[in-house]
Amino acid sequence: MFFLYILTIVALTVSYIANRKKTKKAIIVGAKKLWMITPSFMSILVLISMVLYFVPNDLILEYLGGSNSYSAAVTASIIGSITVMPGPIVYPICGILVSKGVSYGVIASFSSSLMMVGVMTFPIERAYFGFKFALLRNIISLFIALAIAVVFSFVEGRLL
Amino acid sequence: MKGNNQFITKTILFSLFLFFIGVSFWVEFTPGIEIGNNFGLFSFQMVKILPAIFILIGLFDVWVKRETIVKHLGKGGGVKSFLWVFVLAAPMAGGLLPAFPIGYELYKKGARLTVVLIFLGAVSIGRIPMILFESTFLGWKFSAIRIIVSIPLVIISGVVLGKNFDKSGYKLPEKRLDKK
Repeated sequence: MFFLYILTIVALTVSYIANRKKTKKAIIVGAKKLWMITPSFMSILVLISMVLYFVPNDLILEYLGGSNSYSAAVTASIIGSITVMPGPIVYPICGILVSKGVSYGVIASFSSSLMMVGVMTFPIERAYFGFKFALLRNIISLFIALAIAVVFSFVEGRLL
Repeated sequence: MKGNNQFITKTILFSLFLFFIGVSFWVEFTPGIEIGNNFGLFSFQMVKILPAIFILIGLFDVWVKRETIVKHLGKGGGVKSFLWVFVLAAPMAGGLLPAFPIGYELYKKGARLTVVLIFLGAVSIGRIPMILFESTFLGWKFSAIRIIVSIPLVIISGVVLGKNFDKSGYKLPEKRLDKK
C-alpha cells in the first residue's frame, strides 16, 4: 500500500516535470476509467459485504476444523472460491486453522482458491475480459489450487 | 443508451442499499449493521488503492508506447515477458480486483493474452505484501512450497489457455468500459 503510493507520487512528479500537458491528460484518462468502472465495483463490494455476513469466520472454522481428508480440501476450495477476503483477515484465520490441527493441504486449498478464484468478482472480470476468458481462468485456477493442496498433502510431515 | 440505463439502475439499487444500512444503524438491526461494517471495511480498502492504481493506469496510457509493450509483452516477447509480469505483479496491493483493469490496459497496449493470464496468475500467487502475511502466520516453508508449486502451474496454464484463445481468434469485449 505504502509502496503503491510512493510509486504513484514519484511517477506523477517525474511525469509532471517531463511534460505538464501529458500529465494532466493522464490524470483525466485515469479518472474517466475509474468513473466508468465505479458502479460495477460498488455492486461487487455490496455483494461481498453481504456474503461475508452470511459466511462468517466461525462457519469457516467449523467446516474446515478437525478434518484431514481430501473432501475437506475440496470444501475449502469451494469456500475459498466463493468468499472474498483481504489478506490481513485470511492469514490469521489460516493460522487459527493450523493450531486447530487442520492439515496444510486444506489450508493451501483454502488460501490459494481465495486468492486465485473469484466467484464474487466474476461480473467485473467478465466485463473486462469477456465470459469465456473469465470462466476458463477461474476453472483452471480452481484446479491449480487443488493441485497445490495435493502437493502439500505429500510433503506434509516430511517438509512441514 | 443501454449503458446509461444500467448506470441508473445501479445507482438506484446502491442508494437503496445505503438507505437499508442507514436505517439498520438507526434501529440497531444487527445484520444490517454487520453488512454495513463489512461494506465500510472493503470500500475503504478499495478507496485507498484505486485512485493510485488509476493514476498509474492514466500515466501508463499516456507515456508508454504501444511498440514497447508489443515488443516485450506481445507476440515477440517470448519467455522474458513472463518474468516481466511477475515483477509487475509483485508489489501489487489489494488482490485480483484492482488487477483486472491493469491486465486489460496491458492487453489494449498490445500484450498477448497469455501474458495477461500469467499476470493475473502472478497477482494471485506472488504479491509480496500477501506473502509477508502468509509467511508470518503459516511459516516461510509453507510460502516457499506454495510459490514453487504454483509458478509453473500458472505459466503452463497461461500458455495453453492463451494459445487456445489465439487459435480461436478470441477478442476481449470492446465495451462501455472504454467509451470516450
